[in-house]
Amino acid sequence: MIEKELMFDVEKIRKDFPILHREVNGKPLIYFDNAATSQTPQQVIDCIVDYYSRYNANIHRGVHTLSQEATNAYEEARIKVQQHFNAAKPYEIIMTSGTTDSINLVANGFSAILTKGDEILVSALEHHSNIVPWQMLCEQTGAILKVIPMFESGQLDMETYTSLLNERTKLVFCNHVSNALGVINPIAFIIEKAHEVGAAVLIDGAQASPHIKADVQALDVDFYVTSAHKICGPTGVGVLYGKEEWLLKLPPYKGGGEMIDQVTFEKTTYAGLPHKFEAGTPNICGVIAFGAALDYMNNIGFETIAAYENELLHYATEKLLAVGDVTIYGTGKKVSVISFNIDNIHPYDIGTIVDKLGIAVRTGHHCAQPIMDFYKIPGTVRASFSFYNTKKEIDTFIEAIKKAKMMLS
Amino acid sequence: MTIQEIQNEIVDEFSMFDDWMQRYEYMIDLGKSLPLIDERLKKDENLIKGCQSKVWVHGEMNGDKLVFTADSDAIITKGIIAILIRAFSNQPPAAIIDANTDFIDEIGLKEHLSPTRANGLVSMIKQLKLYAIAYQTQLN
Repeated sequence: MIEKELMFDVEKIRKDFPILHREVNGKPLIYFDNAATSQTPQQVIDCIVDYYSRYNANIHRGVHTLSQEATNAYEEARIKVQQHFNAAKPYEIIMTSGTTDSINLVANGFSAILTKGDEILVSALEHHSNIVPWQMLCEQTGAILKVIPMFESGQLDMETYTSLLNERTKLVFCNHVSNALGVINPIAFIIEKAHEVGAAVLIDGAQASPHIKADVQALDVDFYVTSAHKICGPTGVGVLYGKEEWLLKLPPYKGGGEMIDQVTFEKTTYAGLPHKFEAGTPNICGVIAFGAALDYMNNIGFETIAAYENELLHYATEKLLAVGDVTIYGTGKKVSVISFNIDNIHPYDIGTIVDKLGIAVRTGHHCAQPIMDFYKIPGTVRASFSFYNTKKEIDTFIEAIKKAKMMLS
Repeated sequence: MTIQEIQNEIVDEFSMFDDWMQRYEYMIDLGKSLPLIDERLKKDENLIKGCQSKVWVHGEMNGDKLVFTADSDAIITKGIIAILIRAFSNQPPAAIIDANTDFIDEIGLKEHLSPTRANGLVSMIKQLKLYAIAYQTQLN
């Protein structure tokens, strides 16, 4: 344990993040809203500045040097993403504007595949971005949306899940980690069971990616999606991993430049993968910076990150429960997220007070109203820790919670 | 008292506080003392959308004055409502329509006026003014 702590020097890491040195309301910033978006290390900021200072150009079309440099950097970033998720082919990685965009791309594609009476399963733990596109898809195709229920612990009910699967099930949709609770879902089991009935599986990795390095081949998942900004990268960039066979089957999502092969007014033939799904000028700089972010994280190592974050999670959980009158939602196997309430105090009030003390947490329903309805609560306070947070920050946070509790009780 | 006089009085009260904690403690106290809205008025039509906390506002005429009652499930939001009601309730609709809200800034609650702020202070003020406009139209 001591050895691991020595290997992981959090103070050294914090120096990489300029934002962590600013003040909020006259207090040093404590950023515990990492599940909403992660902060950006200097290495990624430098990469963005370098792109616009040295080789900003449109890609895949110009023969000039700048365009070729930008194209190379963009495609190198795709390969970094491919290697990170261990995809078999670089063109199985589609760059999108984010998780929501990736999900909509797949949902749109399935509108051409689904027929009336087909079934889609979604977990009860989903973010709104994972519910709404499927509802729209069902309205469009006459397919039926069914829900994999959850237990009080925040774990999904796998027995019911298995019983819901049948030959009409065409798609199963589940997040790897719940954004509202931080619970890690048994996706390997979910994928295996879905495949037994021939259903495709889309896993939303947005909340898992900062903590867990998913191996899409080992998981045998059909689609895996995430956003760069959850993993120290920029906003407006996301990824869709899709198995080649599926990406070939799905029709293009958006029409425009880049995604075409031949265009006449009579007929257009589409470009091959991945360009078929990357219409228009992509977020070139963002994608390159995403590559830099993955380099940064992999350089520290996901095992090291997970071990340290787990230590923070346990430390904070213990201290928080000691405050008293605290309910934590979601137990069992979790990433470093604590979703909680204090008896008879609205989460919004707690968020307001701790913000005055320089601490950023998320309050509200976390875009997962069905989960809040399940627990019959208006929302929760969610503190989510990253590898650049410290136990000292958690101590300050606990003091802030005690103060808020005192003021609001 | 006119709305402006009440607002000046609120600004005076808040000027006694040295720091944000005292201001918030006062608001929390105001929130606790806010007269409860009639339960039957806590219906969806009176709910202000877009707030993290639930906010119900109801307005009705009492003679030539418009009277507001409101509630929230969050105490700080309730405190803010209490301040707004004190300033705007029991006033002629025309005066409510014309009233400015600069005092919010002066009592150090400007941050709650930001459109990104999910407590919906902006929506609350808008709702009070909409009631005033509606009743004023009836009076005309």
